[in-house]
Amino acid sequence: MTESFFLPDLLRILFTFVCAIVIVFGNAVVMGYLERKLAGRFQRRPGPMEIGWQGVLQLAVDGVKLVGKQLVIPAQSDKVLYRIAPIVSFAPAALPLLVIPFSPKLQGRDFDVGLLFILAIVAINVLAILIAGWGSNNKYSLLGAMRSVAQNVAYEIPMLLTLLSVIMVTNTFSLQGIVEAQERIWFVFLMPVAFIVFFIATLAETNRAPFDLPEAESELTAGFMTEYSGMGFSLFFMAEYTYMFIACSLTVILFLGGWHGPPLPYADYTSAIWFFLKVYFLLIVMIWIRWTFPRVRFDQLMNFCWKYLVPFSLVHLLVTAVVVKL
Amino acid sequence: MKDYFAVLFTGGKSLIIGMIITLREFFRPVVTVQYPREKLVVTPNYRGHTYLVRDEEKPEKHRCITCGMCQRECPSGCIALGGEKREGVKGLVLTDYRLDFTKCSLCGTCVEICPTAALDFSQEYRAVGLRREDFHYDLLRMVEEGK
Repeated sequence: MTESFFLPDLLRILFTFVCAIVIVFGNAVVMGYLERKLAGRFQRRPGPMEIGWQGVLQLAVDGVKLVGKQLVIPAQSDKVLYRIAPIVSFAPAALPLLVIPFSPKLQGRDFDVGLLFILAIVAINVLAILIAGWGSNNKYSLLGAMRSVAQNVAYEIPMLLTLLSVIMVTNTFSLQGIVEAQERIWFVFLMPVAFIVFFIATLAETNRAPFDLPEAESELTAGFMTEYSGMGFSLFFMAEYTYMFIACSLTVILFLGGWHGPPLPYADYTSAIWFFLKVYFLLIVMIWIRWTFPRVRFDQLMNFCWKYLVPFSLVHLLVTAVVVKL
Repeated sequence: MKDYFAVLFTGGKSLIIGMIITLREFFRPVVTVQYPREKLVVTPNYRGHTYLVRDEEKPEKHRCITCGMCQRECPSGCIALGGEKREGVKGLVLTDYRLDFTKCSLCGTCVEICPTAALDFSQEYRAVGLRREDFHYDLLRMVEEGK
């Protein structure tokens, strides 16, 4: 390994990591503000208004408050598990950003198995939720964690099955390759059913309303986050928004043509604008869905997955296989 | 099998209707009033505490003739009047008009009974105090101080 090879690569790694962290925190701030502001508008309220113009600095103030809070550790809890749970949830959140292609050139690393890498990393979050629920030694936390595991395991199946349909068409697990395959037509037009199934499954995977049973406020106070205060809570919170961002990025890459859009100057870099526009459009749709639908019951959640999403994705997989073969 | 798809169809339709409803609300104007900065117009029918109406020709004067009708008619006994005879002035001169607002039920009998229409309900809705005595209003002083 010569020095001329080593140095640019090291710089690239550093730059990617810094960008990933910036995206994690930036996204949490933007989403925190958007969520509250849009929630207000959907209910004909103005949302946060007091701090800064139209309340834009609200999140900064909230952040200061959360950092200043005491970290209370319940006496009956499993101290080690209780402490590592938020870290286990938050630490892997930045990793999938390393392989997401924001534009043809803006990508940390183009793995051959980038898609599998993201799915593997995202699955760690379930473990973190289970640790948090178990470590808190609180009935609400444990119930929330159990629900989360059941829900995530169930909804991963239709999600992976629809992914498989896409993979059959593109013949590659590389995210760059999947986006390039959509140069002429986005997959959402080729397989709308797969898109809908995948989007519903991601809603459930990220524990978003109407599938927010793990943290159902009205039944479980805050589910697995009940015992957490201050930064422990906000780490979960930021991880959740990052996973939402990743889920939406994945949807954009798989179905909405990634960075493809009307041509721009220096398209190798600037087409990331299209990527971000699409991702934030999907995130806004997620917020819109959250403030429209009531939470589903647990049996409805499971019925919907096993009776509708799994059969639909299986049939879709079969049809895709036949069409590809022809 | 027919039910299976029927549920999917009706469910999907209702979801879309729900989304359209929230989207419509999204673009309608905000109804919140940012209270200290914005205020709603108080309806003329609002009953705040009573006050002595000022004379239209002489704004520093009230129209009370100290007849004591309001004091007598008040079912809660929350009005206390005081008057005295002065040289060169016809009738009694009002020296004191105390309203115990903690007892007032805002029935409006005093406003109705007043022969010179000297009493009216104010529009004041922000009554606040730390002690009971803060709600013992001196209506005559309010006229003199121009409140």
